Amino acid sequence: MRVIGGRGGLSNVTMEQWFGVLILSGLGVLVLDLVRRVVFGDLTVDTLSVFVWRGFVDGLIIALAAVGLSMTYAILKFANFSQGDLVTTGAFAGWTAAYVVAGIGVADFGSTILLNADRGTSARELGMHLFGAPVAIFVGLIVAALATILVALAFDRLVYRRMRTAGGIPLLIASIGVALVLRYLVVFFYGEHTRGVTRSSPTVDHALVFWTDSLHVHQATLIVVGIGLMVALHVLLQYTKLGTSMRAMADNRDLALITGIPTERVILLTWILGAGLTGVAGYLIVLEQETLSFNTGWFLLLLIFSAVILGGIGSIYGAIAGGLIIGLATNVSLVWIPGDLTEVAAFTLMILILIFRPSGLFGGVETA
Amino acid sequence: MSRDVPVRCDGGNDSESRDEERANGPTNFLLNGNARPRWLNDILIIGKATVVVYGVFIGLGLAAGLDMNGIVSTLQQVTLLAASFALVVLALNLHWGYTGLFNIGVAGFMAVGAYTMALVTAAPDATFPGLGLPLWVGVLAGLVASALVGFLVALPALRLRADYFAIVTLAAAEVIRLVFNSSALHEFSVLGVELGTGGGQGMSFPNLRNTVSRELLYVGGDPTAGPTLFGRPFMAVGDRLELSPSVVEGWVYTVVLVALVAFAFVVITRIGNSPFGRMLKAIREDELVARSLGKNTDRVKIKVFMLGCVFMGLAGIVWQGRRGYIDPNLFLPIITFYIFIALIIGGSGSNTGSVVGAFLFAGLLFEGPPFVQRIVDATFDLPHPPTVYDGAVALGDLDPMPLLGYAVGELPNLRFVLFGAVLIALMIYRPDGILGHRNEPASPIDLTKERAPREREHAVADGGEEDE
Amino acid sequence: MSDATTEEEERERGQERERTEQAMLHVSNLEKRFGGIVAVDGVSFEVERETITGLIGPNGAGKSTAFNLITGVYAPDAGSVYFRGENVTELRPHQLVDRGLVRTFQISRELAGMTVLENVLLAFDEQRGESLWRPVVPGARRAVVRQERELIDRAWEILELFELDHLAHEDAANLSGGQRKLLELCRALLTEPTLLLLDEPMAGVNPTLEKKLLARLHELREQGYTFLIVEHDMDIIMNNCETVIVMHQGQVLARGPPEAIQEDERVIDAYLGGEL
Repeated sequence: MRVIGGRGGLSNVTMEQWFGVLILSGLGVLVLDLVRRVVFGDLTVDTLSVFVWRGFVDGLIIALAAVGLSMTYAILKFANFSQGDLVTTGAFAGWTAAYVVAGIGVADFGSTILLNADRGTSARELGMHLFGAPVAIFVGLIVAALATILVALAFDRLVYRRMRTAGGIPLLIASIGVALVLRYLVVFFYGEHTRGVTRSSPTVDHALVFWTDSLHVHQATLIVVGIGLMVALHVLLQYTKLGTSMRAMADNRDLALITGIPTERVILLTWILGAGLTGVAGYLIVLEQETLSFNTGWFLLLLIFSAVILGGIGSIYGAIAGGLIIGLATNVSLVWIPGDLTEVAAFTLMILILIFRPSGLFGGVETA
Repeated sequence: MSRDVPVRCDGGNDSESRDEERANGPTNFLLNGNARPRWLNDILIIGKATVVVYGVFIGLGLAAGLDMNGIVSTLQQVTLLAASFALVVLALNLHWGYTGLFNIGVAGFMAVGAYTMALVTAAPDATFPGLGLPLWVGVLAGLVASALVGFLVALPALRLRADYFAIVTLAAAEVIRLVFNSSALHEFSVLGVELGTGGGQGMSFPNLRNTVSRELLYVGGDPTAGPTLFGRPFMAVGDRLELSPSVVEGWVYTVVLVALVAFAFVVITRIGNSPFGRMLKAIREDELVARSLGKNTDRVKIKVFMLGCVFMGLAGIVWQGRRGYIDPNLFLPIITFYIFIALIIGGSGSNTGSVVGAFLFAGLLFEGPPFVQRIVDATFDLPHPPTVYDGAVALGDLDPMPLLGYAVGELPNLRFVLFGAVLIALMIYRPDGILGHRNEPASPIDLTKERAPREREHAVADGGEEDE
Repeated sequence: MSDATTEEEERERGQERERTEQAMLHVSNLEKRFGGIVAVDGVSFEVERETITGLIGPNGAGKSTAFNLITGVYAPDAGSVYFRGENVTELRPHQLVDRGLVRTFQISRELAGMTVLENVLLAFDEQRGESLWRPVVPGARRAVVRQERELIDRAWEILELFELDHLAHEDAANLSGGQRKLLELCRALLTEPTLLLLDEPMAGVNPTLEKKLLARLHELREQGYTFLIVEHDMDIIMNNCETVIVMHQGQVLARGPPEAIQEDERVIDAYLGGEL
């Protein structure tokens, strides 16, 4: 990277710091206001806890997809604009598999194989919820990961591999091309309409947490699977040779090559891990949101990028933190602004943070 | 079609153009560096691209059985779209091609221009009210607003790496679109003045296309009052070809757009071929070097970013805002990607390439597939299965027709796959596009014609046929 | 007691002021850390007017970082830089160039996609056509073209001087390492500097040209230019510099005339201990 900022002189440093102070005090004011609203009863604790809970769930989804993006970003050195459509790919592939499995003997294959593109079957008919079709949903989860990995590897072979040394921007542009191809192939096969895919989640009554006495099973699944995968990834990267190799490659590819790290193999494994997580993220999003369209992933892309950039590219913990920040920002901001401006709040937050931390909150520590 | 029509994508033009340049070399040298041959050459290239696209559409039109009115109307639509694209592509070329500022928020800046004009010109008593000022005030306000928003986005973005810059510009564009889309601005008031964007419904305002073309065509803008001096040739041609008035009006507006493209082309080329353009090129290559040679690169980047945004705002106004109605969906990020594909086809860094790319993209890739679909639908009786599954099943019975019919029905969507494939193929096999490899001299004097003092005597003696 | 300290402080401050005003460049207690590594650790030195001063030291001694701190590429963590008596610590690279402090890079940073001629033309200071509107507006553009004509002629002069004229239309990317060094020197000289910081200017330059260049540097020095040169070739430093500054592990190890430096035990230790 070139030194774009240059020195900027001390005057600029203070300007950045001023900005940081400004943002922090702005956030401080918002927190105080939040407390005030809760204390004075303008905002019920219930409502706030729903916002925070939703923020946490959304954040976890974004974080899953963001970890995948961050890994490929660190190793392959480009912003992958097809990440959102890999999310979509995972969702469609996984739920198609779930439908096919659940539909055996119940529904027409021509309908399930295209995830109800002909509106010939329904989630109700297939009992598409965790207790209704647990095997199908589990199979779908596996297929979502595998299919996304296959698609990612295919595009790596066809496109990115030919451009390994082309630099970040040409690769970024190529990935926009990949994104278009993927998204509209999905349209070609599955059609343009938004479909209801799952039934609403069954609930379990409990007394574990204070703000609600019934547990949303699909959300709980999402959280368990999501956190489980992240912990597994942490262990994998921290305690295996692959993790060390990936850190070395993220740091300096030429050096890694010289020291005998099999870079192509590391790239392959990066795609496998990154795309697998991404596909699972796409699958779980549908489990939670119940609907799916060819645009689902694309609409998420900028939020995923925001998370990665906030966290600092290459840092998986950064991506997780970034995802949670973005998830919370898009939900808690509902306290002050209407629902159709929450993404504006998230994007603005990202831009503002980049002003005083140009390489992200946890940037500079590329931990792969 | 004549022999020299196709603009070959393999760079076949190149040797040809260099021959021309060489042939014109000595005379040009005497003309003290007016870049005439290059200029003429550029027009020739653009002309060829136009002929190709027109040829294709005339062919398709005839195949579809269109009458003269239909064909001329089709050509007008294609030209309008191509010119609109060209305007934005030129602006993007100034940002990315010249300066290396990877701006993928183009649609957002277009939205600023168009919405500002809409808010300034919409009638105060409309459903979503505006200020009710004249059109030219609206256009001017739109340009100023685009420049200001460009400034605001440039400030934080300039310090960032290229890929972060890209994402920040995209985020800014989405912020702009989502704000216009928001119910919060559905109707609002500033300082007691009622305004409204209509949120997702969009908003109406005086029809720019009709106003401009009628002002130019008819005396006093009144269709019953007879043609103006400017309008007379248009009316004459229209009468001769038996065109409907709306087609003639469409052409007048298209000609205005083409004139704007020519204006942008000249302005941006003049900027590129100047010491200022030299700084842009240096910033693209290595910003630190430019700084170390005493150039205030931040200020240069801000200026050039604002200027590019002005052109983008203008394009937003005259293109997406021409119908007197806008909504946020006209400014989706996909618009930005269209512009990028067009620029990359033509060759980033080349203004001529920008125009050619816009023409080829708008004509062949964008308008082509739906047109083909219409022709196929009109001529063949293909079955239209509801899903690809039915097509595949029929294929199993050795009947390819249903699958083909399904694919044809999906052509408008499949063309996005085509866009993506073209983009990928270009990045792998020809990242310079058609004309991006051409070295545009960053000087008001054509440097390629310059000879070292001690070579000059030789040069004159043997006619300037020196190899570089 | 307080009187004595103030007096002493005053005197010290006076001396400091004197030094900063007399010297072309005065660097005082410069410090720069990258992460945990201290790259430049309290460096102070002066470069006298109209001299060629050499800056040497083993690899990793902090020479290039010091260059970057002086020329405003990095902001120092502590310390100041005075150029002709003015505190320029917080100025940005282009502002320093305006004042006459110009540098070249260790690894040549030619503008690869621009021709040699364009590279050179870029360097001229205060070009009329560097505004946004002048090249566009018809009347004003004529003046731009007129000036460009002059600039091109001056560019040819300097290209001939550095024997690069036959390469004028070549993309800078196609030059050899030595030619790139020359091009950089060309560009730097055209910015009308007072003090030139050259980072290994002779690396890759052939011996004949090297001799010419050195002669040229001495000529320029006589005309009033000042040079600070980082160079690995000891012969060049010892035979051409009036003063030599030796850096080692981020600090100034020694400063003096070449003869004294050559005999300095610490310097010999540093080089033998550090390099071999």
